[in-house]
Amino acid sequence: MSRELLAPEGLRVDGRRPPELRRLLTRVGLFAVADGSAYVELGNTKCLAAVYGPKEPRTQSAQLHDRAVINVEYNVASFSSGERKSRTRRDKRLLEIASVIKRTFEPVVMTATFPRSEIDIYIQILQLDGGALHAAINASCLAMIDAGIPMSDYVVACSAGFASGTALLDLNYIEESAETPALTVAMLPKSGKLTMLNMESRLHLDHFKDVLDLATEGCKSLAESLDEAVRKACKTPRPI
Amino acid sequence: MLFSKAYVRKTKRGSVIKVLKEHYLRDDIYCGVPGCQRCPEHTTTLSAEPRQTTAVRSPHYIVPDTNILYHQIDVMEHAAFVDVIVLQTVLEELRHRSLPVYNRVRALTAEPARRFFVFCNEHHRETFVQREPEETPNDRNDRGKPFNRRRPIRRAVEWYSAHIDSKRAVVLITDDRANRAKAKDAGITALSLRQYVESLSGFPELVDMVAAVGGDDDDDMDASAADKKFVYPEHLSPTQISAGLKSGAFHQGVLNISAHNFLEGSSMIRVNNEEVIVQIIGRENLNRGVQGDVVALQILPKSEWRSGVSTVLEEEVVEKDDLEEPTTDAATVDKTLDKALQEPATEQELKPTARIVGIIKRNWRPFCGTIDASSVHAGSTSTQMQSVFFWALDKRIPKIRIRTRQAQSLLGKRIVVAIDAWTKNSRYPAGHYVRTLGEVGDRATETEVLLLEHDVPFAPFSPLVLSFLPEEGEAWVVRDDLHLANREDFRSWDVCSIDPPGCTDIDDALHARLLPNGNYSVGVHIADVSHFVKTDNAMDLEARRRGTTVYLVDKRIDMLPGLLGTNLCSLRSNVDRLAFSCLWEITPDAEVVSTRFTKSVIRSKASLTYDEAQARLDDPKMTDSVSMSIKALNMLAKKLRARRMAAGALTLASPEVRFRMENDSQDPVDVELKELKDTNALVEEFMLLANIYVARKIYECFPECSMLRRHPKPPATNFEDLGKALEPFGVKIDASTSRTLSDSLDAAVDPNDPYFNKLVRIMTTRCMMQAVYFCSGTLAEPDFWHYGLATDIYTHFTSPIRRYADLVVHRLLAASIGYDKTYSSELTDKAKVKEMSDVLNYRNRMAQQASRSSVELYTNLFFKGKTVVEEAYVIRILKNGCSLLIPKYGVESFVYAAPVPNQPPLLALHPTMNALTGAGPDGEVVIKLFDKVRVQVTVEEAGVAAAQRSKLVLRLVEPNVPGMCPVVETSTARPLGGAATTPARTTRPAKKPKRK
Ligand SMILES: [Zn+2]
Repeated sequence: MSRELLAPEGLRVDGRRPPELRRLLTRVGLFAVADGSAYVELGNTKCLAAVYGPKEPRTQSAQLHDRAVINVEYNVASFSSGERKSRTRRDKRLLEIASVIKRTFEPVVMTATFPRSEIDIYIQILQLDGGALHAAINASCLAMIDAGIPMSDYVVACSAGFASGTALLDLNYIEESAETPALTVAMLPKSGKLTMLNMESRLHLDHFKDVLDLATEGCKSLAESLDEAVRKACKTPRPI
Repeated sequence: MLFSKAYVRKTKRGSVIKVLKEHYLRDDIYCGVPGCQRCPEHTTTLSAEPRQTTAVRSPHYIVPDTNILYHQIDVMEHAAFVDVIVLQTVLEELRHRSLPVYNRVRALTAEPARRFFVFCNEHHRETFVQREPEETPNDRNDRGKPFNRRRPIRRAVEWYSAHIDSKRAVVLITDDRANRAKAKDAGITALSLRQYVESLSGFPELVDMVAAVGGDDDDDMDASAADKKFVYPEHLSPTQISAGLKSGAFHQGVLNISAHNFLEGSSMIRVNNEEVIVQIIGRENLNRGVQGDVVALQILPKSEWRSGVSTVLEEEVVEKDDLEEPTTDAATVDKTLDKALQEPATEQELKPTARIVGIIKRNWRPFCGTIDASSVHAGSTSTQMQSVFFWALDKRIPKIRIRTRQAQSLLGKRIVVAIDAWTKNSRYPAGHYVRTLGEVGDRATETEVLLLEHDVPFAPFSPLVLSFLPEEGEAWVVRDDLHLANREDFRSWDVCSIDPPGCTDIDDALHARLLPNGNYSVGVHIADVSHFVKTDNAMDLEARRRGTTVYLVDKRIDMLPGLLGTNLCSLRSNVDRLAFSCLWEITPDAEVVSTRFTKSVIRSKASLTYDEAQARLDDPKMTDSVSMSIKALNMLAKKLRARRMAAGALTLASPEVRFRMENDSQDPVDVELKELKDTNALVEEFMLLANIYVARKIYECFPECSMLRRHPKPPATNFEDLGKALEPFGVKIDASTSRTLSDSLDAAVDPNDPYFNKLVRIMTTRCMMQAVYFCSGTLAEPDFWHYGLATDIYTHFTSPIRRYADLVVHRLLAASIGYDKTYSSELTDKAKVKEMSDVLNYRNRMAQQASRSSVELYTNLFFKGKTVVEEAYVIRILKNGCSLLIPKYGVESFVYAAPVPNQPPLLALHPTMNALTGAGPDGEVVIKLFDKVRVQVTVEEAGVAAAQRSKLVLRLVEPNVPGMCPVVETSTARPLGGAATTPARTTRPAKKPKRK
């Protein structure tokens, strides 16, 4: 039996209405060692990102003469979900997500400013309750800003799914695991351009626009929160 | 406005895992009471002026608790209940406990006229109650009942009482006495359902409908004193059962009561990974198990095992004199009965027996049937409450005790009753009245009963469903500008259809054409139903729910609305119709050279009946293009068939009959067996070919999620009995492959009896497994085998108007050939396809049984007032009787000797042979399997006076066994005597043996 994801009364399993985000909590600049760091909590999904660079590449062969190289390492803590699962660093799935995040940032970061250097992004998912990808992108974005790496705009991501004939914003784990078609979008809020669009299940074309519109709406509202977080972080002195 | 409340809880699912969930509390959930001062304007289904009753003087809304909705859903569904507030807590608990009940409540909340309002108390900031640590939804208390969450329900009612204005009230309905007391302390009005219903005026039947179990309320449980003497063994608790199942002491199985003996059940269980059938015999071992229940079984010691041969025992015969409350006599009768049934077998093979130690899941449904007239107190006034017995139509269901105030008016009516409980000191289960269907014997009522009993959805299509029909209605035509895209135009081809006479839903048409190279172009054109029925719209969902069209003797319950089924999709002659075509190039030797599938437009040149097509086939002078086409098809079909037979396809038989109706009254006037003609075989051959090729195509494109059909090989044990029975005739049945089986069937001929071969085929059919739909991703390829057709892969493609599976296959095929590029994800979802196949298999089985019951109903009508003596064949030997098949009418029934205490049985099982012996006037009479006997057929009707199950009664005429033979009725024999057995009306002079 598939769970009823949206009750006829219009409430989702956790009591949200379809176009509502989960509670968002952000902190910028947690670590002194990293050049930039941020923590994002979306409901029960908790994500930490740290940025090192721009710096000299570890290996000469990896450098590019005209721009900086972005490396992403994405990890999921084995204690992040109810069932303990130890994953190796080489897990295909993790590498795939890392590469998606890398490609999301490449067009936005002004890499040409730092030729022959590299920027490392380390992402750790501490707790998983759905929406890991967009939490990771949002955390990375804050960490990049914290590290002072020039970007043309914020990169804000959000997911939306489709169930019971309605588009649902920011799916949690229960909603994701019910084989709901889910779409994750990363957007540049100022221009409204999309830098990433990720969907791994089938969704009928007729519903696609609704889901996409809802996800971009979610991005816009997240962008405001992130902007606020950055402004607040600028006013408070950083720890040494 | 979002409040977050995260909490931790554990769920058990194999391993213990920690589930972390967010729970948002909100301020924007409103009370639903119109004109509320504290909430903003919002939509609601409640009325502003609810009802007042004698128990609650002020206008009030009702809040039922979970147990009320769970046990008393029949009452809550009654139109008398309006202005009900359903709490989210209650809904969630209900869904955990019973999805069907949950769905019924949801249907009520979705219907604005019923005024059921859902209040999301769990997400409301002021009514949310933190769960107590030990209280989780999966927890059960020691009595096996899930917790009824009382605190949040009371909290919500409290909130309502404070929230709404003083003119209106909110009443909690609960049958839990402790809860009522606590509610009173909190200042809430709380009533039991019975109390509330009694205060309602104008609905006298409601009191009858209140179920006998009301949670902890025991004031309704006054089972009669005599009843208390009867004690069943206690059922074990769920914890004990699950421990026993784990240790292997108990086994889980579904209880199946024998159709001819209400005290004999069987169940398929797994012992050491092998499937074993165990028998459960006698009232005490059955221990309140009802047909279909999932039970925990304990295998009895070997000394109590018995042979697999069963006894015929009918409840209404045995319990006939037991109309009053059961006395102590009944218990002794039971003991003798149990003992007689459990008599140790002779040297025959012993089969394991078991007893029921506990019930894992009840599978009670509402039953159709009648009130036992003799249990109604004659002198009582019409409104006095009394206990009466109810006979379900299903013979496997025990009689049910119900309490009613309308006993007199229910006599002679078909009513629906639900079982509520079966306590250990009650001999019979207790139930409650649900509704009245109509008069016994009234054809419309009986048909409704039949449909209800087989769970066939038969309500007219809803306006929502009909709204998805083409707007043009009857005037819809194929338009070149709209419909020709991606379709091929075959309108000039000589396509024709061949169907039974009177067929209005034509879903297939054929053509054959000689190609210049000497090969034939052959096409099967199937109605393009998927063009009209789009995935997941209301019409599609309704068709999926129905699964198949159900054919009864006198009517058809359509899967699709008539406009589609009999008009727009039906491939009638001389109109343009959309089709899905399967085209082959076939050599004159019937070898397929190439295959192609395409959506098309066709214009059938002729809609022929089998007879008309046969006439064209037989007449060499007919040389028009359609006739030539049929001739070519017939030539090819014969070759295809020969090849299929050589591969081992089976020709089985079933005694199918057709009724000839009197036109105006729809009374059956004659019965004839269906017969097959050449043209039947022609159409069948090409349908098989299309199905096989389509199956290959969709499996190639969607190996994980194709809907296919398979027919498993029957296990060798199925043929054991038949093989033994055929030994004396020198016939061997070898079922190792369909090929060998087919050969042995061909060899099974008795030169003296032409019917013998047919009989063997009928019996073989019963040893077969059911063919089923399945999802290709769930089985290994060798298991796709279709035993009956001897083909490696098969599906259903050719009847999309009347079978939903075909519609699914059409969609898959359309996606395979790239016609439909935007197919829904559901189509390729393995889990969904599997789920759908299971539902369709169930619907098909039910539809088949419904058709059979319909034939039975008409057979009874046909024999009404007739007494016929006919030839019959013995097809099964039982302990005290045998099962007989009458070929002329395709009727099957029993002849048996009812067990009489302290007397030798009139018919008994031969100690060494599989035969019956009895004392005849000229010495011993032996009845063996396949013997031809003569029987007298009458129908015993369910009438007003003897309100029981209507049934066919067979009496042995030849061989003559005194006591088993028809006797001239004396006035004392039966109250209903009547025309049913008047010898004067026999249609054939019968040799009437006199009673000695
Ligand atoms: Zn209000």
